[in-house]
Amino acid sequence: MISFSEIASSVHQWLNSHLSPAWVLTVEMVIVGVAAIALFALLGLVLVIMERKVAAYMQIRLGPNRVGPKGMLQSTADTVKLLVKEGITPAGADKFMFNLAPFIAMITAMLLLAPLGFAKDFQIWDLNIGVLYVTAVSSLSVIAILMAGWSSNNKYSLLGAMRSGAQIVSYELSAGLAIMTIVVLTGSLQLSEIVESQRNGWWIFKGHLPALIAFVIFIIAVTAETNRAPFDLAEAESELTAGFHTEYSGMKFALFFLAEYINVFTVCAIGATLFLGGWMPFHIGNWEGFNHVMDYIPSSIWFFGKTFFLIFVIMWFRWTFPRLRIDQLLDLEWKYLLPISMFNIILVTVIAIYHLHG
Amino acid sequence: MMGPVSMIVLTLAAVTFSVIAILMSKAVLKGSVNKQKLEPYECGIPTTGKTWIQFNVGYYLFALIFLIFDVELVFLYPWAVVVKKVGVLALVEIIIFFFILFLGFLYAHKKGALKWS
Repeated sequence: MISFSEIASSVHQWLNSHLSPAWVLTVEMVIVGVAAIALFALLGLVLVIMERKVAAYMQIRLGPNRVGPKGMLQSTADTVKLLVKEGITPAGADKFMFNLAPFIAMITAMLLLAPLGFAKDFQIWDLNIGVLYVTAVSSLSVIAILMAGWSSNNKYSLLGAMRSGAQIVSYELSAGLAIMTIVVLTGSLQLSEIVESQRNGWWIFKGHLPALIAFVIFIIAVTAETNRAPFDLAEAESELTAGFHTEYSGMKFALFFLAEYINVFTVCAIGATLFLGGWMPFHIGNWEGFNHVMDYIPSSIWFFGKTFFLIFVIMWFRWTFPRLRIDQLLDLEWKYLLPISMFNIILVTVIAIYHLHG
Repeated sequence: MMGPVSMIVLTLAAVTFSVIAILMSKAVLKGSVNKQKLEPYECGIPTTGKTWIQFNVGYYLFALIFLIFDVELVFLYPWAVVVKKVGVLALVEIIIFFFILFLGFLYAHKKGALKWS
């Protein structure tokens, strides 16, 4: 069967046999850039329609069903509509910062694609400190939000940005500690090695209780980090109209929106890589026949399947839990999640040292 | 597969994508000029006072505590990689480390820094 890694290596060989090394690098850079943009745009369209469809079915209605088959082209039509909307820069705003903020949001969202293993041996950059890279780059996204909120010259935006800043930095801690448990179990910061370590079972199954606790904490923390309900105080529409992007309109708003959805995708992809085995197929002990059937499914389908399952769970949260107040939100992090995840690290150290994991 | 150059490639891709999107929007747009349009959006009421004023100090306190814990997190990365090789000593180290950190955490809690007001 043709796999992504084979396509990539055959393209690489073909280029090497026809061009000089400098040109090969240039052409490959262009290919990666175009592929990243295509993935970006496609994911944005798919996630928006998925969000609306999931919301609709949770509320026993049909959702968008006019544009295209079953309404699947609705988000494309919405994008075209946003294209003809005017991008206003308000009179009192800090114009430079105001226009720079969407770019920063887009760049951080895009940079996070680099270490993801989309399929077997198929990564843009398999760096040996992948986990550190992910936590470092994802924490930059708060800068875009603070810049947008501060420069808008709007009280709703300022309040939304401040809330969002406090929330993101708080939940980053427990997300980091949850990721750390897997690093302790694996002993490596490289994402490809973390996936490889799950060949005989995903960490959520063979990591015992600590991995399970870490997974739950990770999901809660990333829901908060991506500003999604029930932690969507930053854009609580009933109090702050739209939070930090109140003043944004047209394409600049669309860029923020897109970056937000891509962030949801990346954090879910990281969750799938760390806890659910990345592109590793699902195996059960020594059921040879079953394992062979599972191996037959391409690795990219495994990766995207797990990622979209986690995205679905996060969308499910939105229609299950009511929004938290800011003091409840900060209490949840500082008084429950942080002590629990610190204790969890000690627990997982015991398991790692005595090799109690599979 | 690509190495550090991928960061430059992805940054350029993001910038190109955003610039193309904004320029395309500018090209098909027929905007109108009017003074009210550029006012801050506050649900129809003219805005009162300045926006860039002092705001709740609570955000600042949380940012400070975050900084302490975030640095702790950075210290943990090298530790986490070598836990299996070091063995029981790593467990003792992390318990001492968390104990000291937890004392600081309790102090902050006692002082009311973690309470939203």
